[in-house]
Amino acid sequence: MAQRVFVTGLGILSSIGKNLSETLDSLLASRSGIGRINFLNTRHKENFPFAEVPFSNEQLLEMAGIQNEDGYSRNTLLGIIASNEAYYHARLNEISPLPTGLISATTVGGMDRCELYYKDFLTNDSRNAYIDGYDCADSTERIADNLQINDYITTLSTACSSAANSILLGARMIKSGQLDRVVAGGTEALTSFHVDGFNSLKILDTLPCRPFDANRNGITLGEGAAYVILESEEAARAGGREIFAELVGWGNACEAFHQTASSPDGNGAYLAMEKALKMSDLKAGDIDYIYAHGTGTDNNDLAEGIAIEKLFGENIPRMSSTKPFTGHMTSAAGSAEAILSVLSIRHRMILPNLNFQTPMPELNITPVTTFMKDTDVRAVLSNSFGFGGNDTSLIFKKVTE
Amino acid sequence: MSAFINGIGMISPQLTTDPHLFLPEVKEYTADYLTCIEPNYKEFINPIARRRMSRLIKMGITAAKLALSDANLLPSTSREGSLPDAIITGTGLGSVEDTERILSGMLAGEVLMNPTPFIQSTYNTISSQIAITLKCHNYNSTYVHRSFSFESALQDALLQFDEGTAASALVSGIDEMTLNHLNITRKAGHWKIKPANNLSILSSHTPGALAGEGAASFMLANAPSSSTYASLNGVQTIYRPADVIQIENHIRRFLSGYSLSTDDMDAVILGHNGDCDYDSIYDKLGAGIFREQQQLWYKHLCGEYYTSTGFALWLAANILKNSLIPAAVKLNNRNPKQLKNILVYNQYRNINHSLMWLSK
Repeated sequence: MAQRVFVTGLGILSSIGKNLSETLDSLLASRSGIGRINFLNTRHKENFPFAEVPFSNEQLLEMAGIQNEDGYSRNTLLGIIASNEAYYHARLNEISPLPTGLISATTVGGMDRCELYYKDFLTNDSRNAYIDGYDCADSTERIADNLQINDYITTLSTACSSAANSILLGARMIKSGQLDRVVAGGTEALTSFHVDGFNSLKILDTLPCRPFDANRNGITLGEGAAYVILESEEAARAGGREIFAELVGWGNACEAFHQTASSPDGNGAYLAMEKALKMSDLKAGDIDYIYAHGTGTDNNDLAEGIAIEKLFGENIPRMSSTKPFTGHMTSAAGSAEAILSVLSIRHRMILPNLNFQTPMPELNITPVTTFMKDTDVRAVLSNSFGFGGNDTSLIFKKVTE
Repeated sequence: MSAFINGIGMISPQLTTDPHLFLPEVKEYTADYLTCIEPNYKEFINPIARRRMSRLIKMGITAAKLALSDANLLPSTSREGSLPDAIITGTGLGSVEDTERILSGMLAGEVLMNPTPFIQSTYNTISSQIAITLKCHNYNSTYVHRSFSFESALQDALLQFDEGTAASALVSGIDEMTLNHLNITRKAGHWKIKPANNLSILSSHTPGALAGEGAASFMLANAPSSSTYASLNGVQTIYRPADVIQIENHIRRFLSGYSLSTDDMDAVILGHNGDCDYDSIYDKLGAGIFREQQQLWYKHLCGEYYTSTGFALWLAANILKNSLIPAAVKLNNRNPKQLKNILVYNQYRNINHSLMWLSK
């Protein structure tokens, strides 16, 4: 019998907070994490704003409780801190163990150390401890070792939808009964590799990003990590713990259009949302809030907006993108926004799409721009779209007994 | 549910691209690493797209097209129903060539990065380029977990067949090697420090594997067809088992989940890679749980790489289809009475272990 999938724990670390409660405080105060970059030594320090996690690697090592620093990338440390929080938030340490998986996502893995030590890699042996940390799996294995998870582990990489696909896979494995619990999410540290790469595509805004605004001009890169604990119903009921939401729908589709651009009709976005909605058994009208991908690029916001209009017609739910808060956390964006989606259900709130002023002429929709409190949020559709047209949508629903 | 292997595209250091030939000869190399014998990409990728594509992307798209053509699904891929319901790729390292190009550029102080290598260095590029080539809007994903990459991709496909969300899936395992990457990762102890002869790595008694590369693509479906090789019935990954006894327990449990035991396996394919520090695991299993079995190996043909089990799956599928074990892959001589069931067991550095069970 197909299992239901519940969210029982949340862990997040980003430019707006080192944990869940700081994150919530920043959201309530409409406090953005975008600003000057301090820790990454990028040549674009003065050119673009960033949403950097405000801690040095030494501070992160301490926050992660790591004694022996050898080989830990920033990417790994962010992942360990956020996954620890999720694990303890779900109080998994207090209940009897069940088959548990770790599904983590990242796009450039340990590139933050690799780009720094590349010359050493080529010319001497001083940084050999970081060589194996270059790939994507290293952070996942260190997170798994830290949480002592070994029943199932894997790493996903579908660019900016990576962490949404981690959650999607985790949900599928619980639904099919292969696992009872999954720690699912993603981690991504800011790197010069990414900054220079996104700059080469000319999609970084010199101002803090302005999703869905007519004058939007690109992405603000962020960093961080976010993990959710997913459990089957029976597992979730153990130990009298709180259940935060049910994951009722998911959809993955591919644009198959262009390696870095969305199709003009938002076909991939439409298919992903439609699949998720169909699976959830909800009607379009049941969605109270669309947690948009909304990166602030010309291309994404137009394609996503068109797809939303096509799917929801005249009755478009309230919608916003929180990338003006956290920046675009790339591979961690999907799980970070899944967590904020769950928080919006739990705290009956709709988050504002900061920096929005002028509606896009091509669309009839405008995002929510002010913080909405005491509003019923029963079902949220969370979108994550990535380069390569890897589009994924998740639907979280309020748990009703 | 089983996945029927209905078509394969295999680019490797051996002659594997022609589906009508099964290891017609064995290529011998003495090299730092084994390099793929690449097909003529002109036959598979149009010139405009090809011009900007890096090597790994070209290998990936070509392997995918070979698999579709082998499954009789090309050239009419745009025909309704002939597109795979899922495109899933495993790659441990993605495009090493593009990543190195960027890192070298950064090291040289280049101010403007070239966007093409940046785009292609992104791990999901292979899967999405396959989707673009086929105009396939269905499920698309990429796994990037060392020696679990290809296995995770297969597990995803098998799960979709179980869920009933897909009736077919194009699953690939693709990795490339470069001399520069080899030299860096040599320092972390992965590879032999000197060039080695691929056919004699088992007697090298030195640490480090002989590196290789490959692109393997499989057209899987929930039903057999006239082109079916074999069925893939189960895939499991095992992370950091404590010792060989625990590995044996995992193998027993994996098989008993299908009401089978090692006695039912007519052959086992093992992942010896010439690294004396880790090949002992295979030797212990060979003298233990697999002692009665016909034991085979494959990494002398393709080298060690994160998705090398793609080559093992190609080998197993061809053995079952042709009812023939090439002499070059035999580790012992048990002369199995039949060739109906094959178990593949692989591990890399005693961290990522995996099992695959195929049957005729």
